Amino acid sequence: MRDYRLGEPIADTRAPAGPIEDRWATRRFQAGLVNPTNRRKHRVIVVGTGLAGGSAGATLAEQGYQVVQFCFQDSPRRAHSVAAQGGINAAKNYRNDGDSVYRLFYDTVKGGDFRSRESNVYRLAELSGQIIDQAVAQGVPFAREYGGLLDTRSFGGVQVQRTFYARGQTGQQLLIGAYQALSRQIDAGNVELHPRTEMLDLVVIDGRARGIVARDLVTGEVTTHLADAVVLATGGYGNVFYLSTNAKGSNATAIWRAHKRGAHLANPCYTQIHPTCIPRSGEHQSKLTLMSESLRNDGRIWVPKRQGDTRPPGDIPEAERDYYLERMYPSFGNLVPRDIASRAAKNQCDAGYGVGPGGLGVYLDFADAIGRMGRAAVTEKYGNLFDMYERITAENPYEVPMRIYPAIHYTMGGLWVDYDLQSTIPGLFVIGEANFSDHGANRLGASALMQGLADGYFVLPTTVNDYLAGGGLTDVAPDHPVIARVEAEVAERLATLLAVRGDRTVDSFHRELGLLLWDHCGMARNETGLRKALGRIPSLRDEFWHRVLVPGTGEQLNQELEKANRVADFLEFAELMLLDAIVREESCGGHFREEHQTPDGEAQREDEHFSHVAAWEYTGDIPVLHKESLRFDYVHPAARSYT
Amino acid sequence: MRSRTFWASTVGKKAVMAVSGLVLVLFLLAHMLGNLKIFFGAADFDGYAAWLRTIGEPVLHNAWYLWIQRAVLLIAVIAHVTAAVQLSARDRRARPVRYAHGQRPKATFATSTMRWGGVILALFIVWHLLDLSVGVVNPDFAAGRPYHDVVVDFQVWWINLIYIAAVLALGLHVNHGFWSAAQTLGINRPSRDRTIKAVGTTLAIVLTVGFVAVPVGVMTGLVS
Amino acid sequence: MKLTLRIWRQAGPDTPGRMAEYQVDGIEPDMSFLEMLDVLNGRLILDGQEPVAFDHDCREGICGSCGVVINGRAHGPEHTTTCQLHMRAFHDGDVIDVEPWRAKAFPIIKDLVVDRSAFDRIVRSGGYVTAPTGSAPDANAVPVPKADADVAFDNATCIGCGACVAACPNGSATLFTSAKVTHLNLLPQGAPERERRVLDMIETMDAEDFGGCTNSGECVAACPQGIPLASIATLNREFLRANRSAKR
Ligand SMILES: Cc1cc2nc3c(=O)[nH]c(=O)nc-3n(C[C@H](O)[C@H](O)[C@H](O)COP(=O)(O)OP(=O)(O)OC[C@H]3O[C@@H](n4cnc5c(N)ncnc54)[C@H](O)[C@@H]3O)c2cc1C
Ligand code: HEM
Ligand code: HEM
Ligand code: SF4
Ligand code: F3S
Ligand code: FES
Repeated sequence: MRDYRLGEPIADTRAPAGPIEDRWATRRFQAGLVNPTNRRKHRVIVVGTGLAGGSAGATLAEQGYQVVQFCFQDSPRRAHSVAAQGGINAAKNYRNDGDSVYRLFYDTVKGGDFRSRESNVYRLAELSGQIIDQAVAQGVPFAREYGGLLDTRSFGGVQVQRTFYARGQTGQQLLIGAYQALSRQIDAGNVELHPRTEMLDLVVIDGRARGIVARDLVTGEVTTHLADAVVLATGGYGNVFYLSTNAKGSNATAIWRAHKRGAHLANPCYTQIHPTCIPRSGEHQSKLTLMSESLRNDGRIWVPKRQGDTRPPGDIPEAERDYYLERMYPSFGNLVPRDIASRAAKNQCDAGYGVGPGGLGVYLDFADAIGRMGRAAVTEKYGNLFDMYERITAENPYEVPMRIYPAIHYTMGGLWVDYDLQSTIPGLFVIGEANFSDHGANRLGASALMQGLADGYFVLPTTVNDYLAGGGLTDVAPDHPVIARVEAEVAERLATLLAVRGDRTVDSFHRELGLLLWDHCGMARNETGLRKALGRIPSLRDEFWHRVLVPGTGEQLNQELEKANRVADFLEFAELMLLDAIVREESCGGHFREEHQTPDGEAQREDEHFSHVAAWEYTGDIPVLHKESLRFDYVHPAARSYT
Repeated sequence: MRSRTFWASTVGKKAVMAVSGLVLVLFLLAHMLGNLKIFFGAADFDGYAAWLRTIGEPVLHNAWYLWIQRAVLLIAVIAHVTAAVQLSARDRRARPVRYAHGQRPKATFATSTMRWGGVILALFIVWHLLDLSVGVVNPDFAAGRPYHDVVVDFQVWWINLIYIAAVLALGLHVNHGFWSAAQTLGINRPSRDRTIKAVGTTLAIVLTVGFVAVPVGVMTGLVS
Repeated sequence: MKLTLRIWRQAGPDTPGRMAEYQVDGIEPDMSFLEMLDVLNGRLILDGQEPVAFDHDCREGICGSCGVVINGRAHGPEHTTTCQLHMRAFHDGDVIDVEPWRAKAFPIIKDLVVDRSAFDRIVRSGGYVTAPTGSAPDANAVPVPKADADVAFDNATCIGCGACVAACPNGSATLFTSAKVTHLNLLPQGAPERERRVLDMIETMDAEDFGGCTNSGECVAACPQGIPLASIATLNREFLRANRSAKR
């Protein structure tokens, strides 16, 4: 059975040759410019108001473009970026601890397990410092020391202290900064904002992205918005797993529809699982909550040595506890990278050592830390996290150890983009978590905020300029046949969803899909499991279209319809994700194939066959795989070892 | 509706209320102290009342000071009441539909009775002027003999009631009002909060006790 | 546990609404309040009825989407957001009244969903620092005393949920506005626009039909982020200062 076809190789043609330090400067200089007086004549659509979309919209508007911006929440300030806790990396080297642009670049390529594009990553590191400058100028209240200068901490097990933070609310503060900059442009009339409006399709005319079809979630009205360029900043697809740390509304609809209109989708199987999340407490669970990774700096992770041991943790003597991370990784102990810590926890629970409801949890114990530093110091450091944990679980982590379990957290895969962040559809740019660009097979902590803002504040404005300067954009007549066709397709799809009137709720399908993917395409994957899941998807999708029950009409606020429409896309997206996971017969970063591990159970890359980006093309028939082979001229691939 | 003037903004109106309110508080403090002279007998009290009319002489002509003071008070009350009425109307409009499930307010009684307390005070002031300044509602008004006027007043039980009720209303009003004014004028700080609350309460108690002393004094025959 | 819910149902902005009564059982103490509503909605859907519409997204207490008045209290009995309120705060057999934020400035869209765009317009009118991308000096060029930075941060944590307006007897947005003004006016970066910011934002706040502040303090009691009354004093101080200043 051949479930995909191999297509022509694909390559990034935008990154200039020459020394990596000069590439971005060179590209900026080569990029065409649009005369400031002509910018007003150009409309640019930005879908999304998160860190990526918010910063892009504000900056493009400042440059003089007419920006038309969308989000499904009632306010741009609620984009999911708001939930980011830990911090944002920047190679400022304020600590004088040997950090540098090159080191951040190096760490990111290595952290990505050598599956990212060197020139993109270097640019990211290069821009990181300016992001902090920009945010501070906007009034973002980063943590400061008594001297009044900015404080930083080390994060995600790197040796330098390069992470800037605002207590446990870094994402919120950065987003509010971008939101305020955007608000200023809205007030100035440079941005036309459409909140509570969801993009349902992309309008491609003469091979170029020229607009979107969107539904007003309040009135239900479906309309087309035209522009000279379209920017997608619609975030990650982690919710394909139903239970994730993403917000309930996060979805794959925008990128999936763009994919179906011709944008290649890269590495969909690269998903990141975060080791320290609060375990699910029952069937009703609607989302998972993340507890900052920093907890692993002082907490000790263990499970009982006896399987199915139901004694309360306090009654389990030291001798009968297995501090498995410390045992398996003596040198790194509890601080091993996310993917390793997550997998280890899963293995313990699968082997029957798990604790808590359903045995899906391991202990994160602060008893020693409290003994060592004293309760006050622990409160000082982790107080807010302990409170959050207690509010959700009603257990006091000062007395009983926390229970944690890994959860889907971030998706490295996304729409394929070149160095200009332009997709395979001219005029369609993709930024933030929605693209695949900078994190390879695994993202380092505190790097997503950095990427979203680098894309939005600095990269996109330059490259959109270049695209628009290229010209060749004729006006699109509102009655253009393509527009009518796309609108009709969207309307029909919504009508069908409403017409089924079956006997199952949208959530029940979403749950089932999520469970299927979690079991077979989660922390550890193998061909049999993946094929099993892949085999189930078509029937599940078929069942969905025959049995889903969406009440109400399309001409009103109809939250079930919104969900149904997103789940319908997840059901298609999941198929490609599974396929990508099957085809990538190696283990790298977040993608762990059980067939490919070292004797001591570590991920085993297969560089000679898989040192490439898998860019998938939608054909309507079987998907076509285009490989972008990766070159490493600066950071040379080596095996990660943490034992 | 969008206008930049101080008076047009809710915060501006509020500041006017605060200042005018504080002016009234100051007057009442003096007024209360003056009233206490009644315990030293008719001569003292009437003398004091007469002296009030001579303040500022010879620079000011007879009773001019009093009229200036009255003007200031009148302006203060008008400003205060106008702001209060306009803001209250606006506040009501801001919540057209009430909650089905009644609120359990955390605010103190004094806070939630500011408006009614104010109305009571407004009515009282009118009554009070007719009673002791103009004299039309006074049982047996004799111009220039306030001692007599007050004493005859408080022979009547329901007049006592009116006064005592009004004074209690005043106490409550000032109790929240003083702190509230400090908040409105941005004088309050976390470090000063408790002090300001304490001063407000003390003021309220002093005013209440001081004012109530008079009717009580008459009733108990201390003053006759 | 088994509960009786009385929930405000309103089909659309202009249609009349009413409190409708529902029974739900099988509610676990570990469920969040929104998960309890999910359970109710799942049942309503299968019964062929329309589910209760309510805003939510992060379900972590940070995005500010959620928010309903529970038994007369914005975000319910505990000092947190509706999504972080758990059913263990209630008892078997309880009767729970669920209503939308009620304020003229927050018109109802459907059921428990209200339009809070007035908040965005307040921010738009001045709740920002004019710092076009690319113009920023080095982040450490301007030191900020830790004390100021901390106060600014405390106020910057406002999630824009609107509970302050819902709880205020006057439907006033003063606490929300004061949080933003305090955040930006205390920082050196916000100083150049200090006067304009407070005057413009208060002007917009008034134009949006919010009530005035009578210092009732209900907002503070309802605020999940603990924005303090001191911020309102700061707002008033900044307003008077701006009126005195020549830079208005
Ligand atoms: C709990 C949590 C903690 C995290 N902590 C950190 C951290 O400490 N450090 C770090 O670097 N990263 C962290 N991350 C990752 C980081 O927050 C995200 O990757 C990043 O914020 C994504 O930003 P974005 O702008 O790309 O997308 P988002 O912020 O998700 O924004 C998506 C936007 O697109 C809009 N949208 C989506 N679909 C549509 C549609 N169809 N139509 C219209 N609009 C649409 C949404 O309304 C929203 O405005 C964390 C993530 C989570 C979940
Ligand atoms: C003897 C007369 C009065 C005194 C000493 C007085 C004093 C005060 C003070 C100091 C305040 C606080 C202002 C602020 O909060 O900034 C206040 C508030 C108020 N007053 Fe008066 N007042 C008096 C009469 C009245 C009258 C006649 C009314 C009319 C109805 C009134 C209605 C109010 C109202 C509604 C408030 C607003 C409460 C608030 O904003 O906290 N008051 N008063
Ligand atoms: C029970 C206590 C009170 C007594 C015995 C009392 C007595 C008097 C007397 C005798 C006068 C006339 C003074 C004069 O004309 O020389 C007077 C005037 C006045 N009183 Fe009172 N008063 C009392 C309480 C109050 C209160 C509570 C208020 C306000 C809320 C108030 C407000 C005034 C005012 C505004 C005047 C007019 C002052 C003037 O004419 O310039 N009084 N009072
Ligand atoms: S001030 Fe508090 S209650 Fe008001 S919007 Fe902000 S967070 Fe919500
Ligand atoms: S409750 Fe309302 S009155 Fe002022 S103090 Fe809060 S805004
Ligand atoms: S849903 Fe985000 S704060 Fe409650």
